[in-house]
Amino acid sequence: MSDYILQFLISGITVGSIYALVGLGFTIIYNASDVVNFAQGEFVMIGAMSAVSFSIAGIPLIIAIIMAMMVTVLVGFALNQFAIKPAKGASVVTTIIITIGASIFLRGAALLIWGKDFYSLPAFSGEQPIHIAGATILPQNLWVMGVSVLLVSAVLWFFKYTLLGKAILACSCNRTAAQMVGINVGKMMLLSYGLSAMLGALAGVLIVPITFSSYDAGIMLGLKGFSAAILGGIGNPIGAIVGGLLLGVLESLGAGFISSGYKDAIAFAIILFVLFVRPSGLLGHEHQERV
Amino acid sequence: MKRLSGFYLLSLVALILPQIFPDNYYLTVVGVFAALHIILAVGLNLLMGYCGQISLGHAAFFGLGAYSSAILTTRYQLDPWLAMISGMVLVFIIANLIARPILKLKGHYLAMATLGFGIIVHIIFVQTEALSGGPDGLGDIPTLSIAGWAVDSDIRWYYVTTISALGSILLSLNLIASRSGRAIRAVHGSEFAAQMMGINSNKTKVMVFVFAAVLASFAGSLFAYQQNFVSPDSFSFFFSIELVTMVVLGGMASTYGAVFGAILLTFLPELLIVFEDYEMLVYGAILMLVMIFMPQGLFISLGHQLTQLKKNYWPNKKPAGDQQ
Repeated sequence: MSDYILQFLISGITVGSIYALVGLGFTIIYNASDVVNFAQGEFVMIGAMSAVSFSIAGIPLIIAIIMAMMVTVLVGFALNQFAIKPAKGASVVTTIIITIGASIFLRGAALLIWGKDFYSLPAFSGEQPIHIAGATILPQNLWVMGVSVLLVSAVLWFFKYTLLGKAILACSCNRTAAQMVGINVGKMMLLSYGLSAMLGALAGVLIVPITFSSYDAGIMLGLKGFSAAILGGIGNPIGAIVGGLLLGVLESLGAGFISSGYKDAIAFAIILFVLFVRPSGLLGHEHQERV
Repeated sequence: MKRLSGFYLLSLVALILPQIFPDNYYLTVVGVFAALHIILAVGLNLLMGYCGQISLGHAAFFGLGAYSSAILTTRYQLDPWLAMISGMVLVFIIANLIARPILKLKGHYLAMATLGFGIIVHIIFVQTEALSGGPDGLGDIPTLSIAGWAVDSDIRWYYVTTISALGSILLSLNLIASRSGRAIRAVHGSEFAAQMMGINSNKTKVMVFVFAAVLASFAGSLFAYQQNFVSPDSFSFFFSIELVTMVVLGGMASTYGAVFGAILLTFLPELLIVFEDYEMLVYGAILMLVMIFMPQGLFISLGHQLTQLKKNYWPNKKPAGDQQ
């Protein structure tokens, strides 16, 4: 019994790390521009698919991954430049539809480029499982967890200790005031879309050896990332990470002990319950309405 | 009379068209879907456009209506009308139960909760195989008959769904013009201010949510009888998004906007078939472009443009600013 729990925890934390990265991407864009970017899952898909394509073309894995990141960052820049920036001042619902439109557009483009086939990368360092206390862990699981921890720490460090990170945070607090003190708001916006796209691409590259990817793989990952960000309290990076890990573990335990068909239903039911008790998410601030 | 003149015109066009084109595929086949989508979009527009509460799970109520009708008529041999009413009662109860806790949430949290609800209901349709037929769906659903007149041809379904859609448009127009309608719009403006004026904002929101849900259930039952078949795919998260898109694309807080959006989004995929592999790409691009350049929705933006044109060409016909 306890071996099972450990096994489920391992797979839950692996998937949860990916959700956390996607959720963190949501948070960065939300903080910078008040937009919930429903095309976030598409970043993951594009990162994964282009890494696979470059790798199939004979480019060494590490360079293929860097190139895939660059492609995705360009897509992120384009999203900001051509879809979000021209719609400045649009309402929340309108921006939601714009990003949904963008996600359909990107999925359509992916369908043209890659077709409906499934793609995968070889695991980064072999398939030899490691046995720990009755549970098995694949090297790729360790890669996912390890790189996620590194990325999350780097992002948190970036926002807390670098001038650039603080400038982005300043934009999220008050755009006009940020402009007054000489911050180039437009540039910061572009940067946060790029950063968010890069996180998405890396999440995609990390998970593709385990789960495969296809042109429509971004939908579910995007939804889960959004759920993670909301569960933790939107706008709070730590919240997104906690939310993502929690979601992954809940899903994995639900699939293991109750029913794999209902695993998403269990995860969403728990999110609903959390929201009923804490309407601003686990770590979110209570929002005061003003007349 | 004047308030409803648009409605009379719409009814006239909708009922005359099949006389002119009785066998037109776009009218009698696609038109039926457009009419069902109108019922759904008009209901959702009351909730989103007028009351300001986003719902990304509206397809769930459509599905609950459809599955109630499908299961009760095929597995329990219930009369289609009784099955339809049972579905609406079931949805009324479920909507009432979840509306209170869900509508306490705001903005993105509300979006998340309704989305989660929609996904849970969809998974239940897939998983309860013994009852719902699972992913393969449920067939052999009988059709409706109205006092012996069986609704069994495309053109008959066109009339039934169109008249239902016109009914829901009329209901929505009258509701919004009534005292409750003003309360609904006040809640959208500011919940606090509405409460200060003595409006029970929670009760108002719950009422609109339940009304939209029951309307969706009605449309779902019609859909089940018209198709004679239901499967979970028709009630997925994507359909919820499509419904939201209809409301927003047409123009929020305008019943005719919702109608326009529903018609447009029903016909768009039919027209985009010519793009073959590029269909999805073009669809996404159209969605983005419309929302970027006409953030208020097509119907409202085009309306403004027309008024502007009219002003430019007949500047002295009516003193400006006289209307409304």
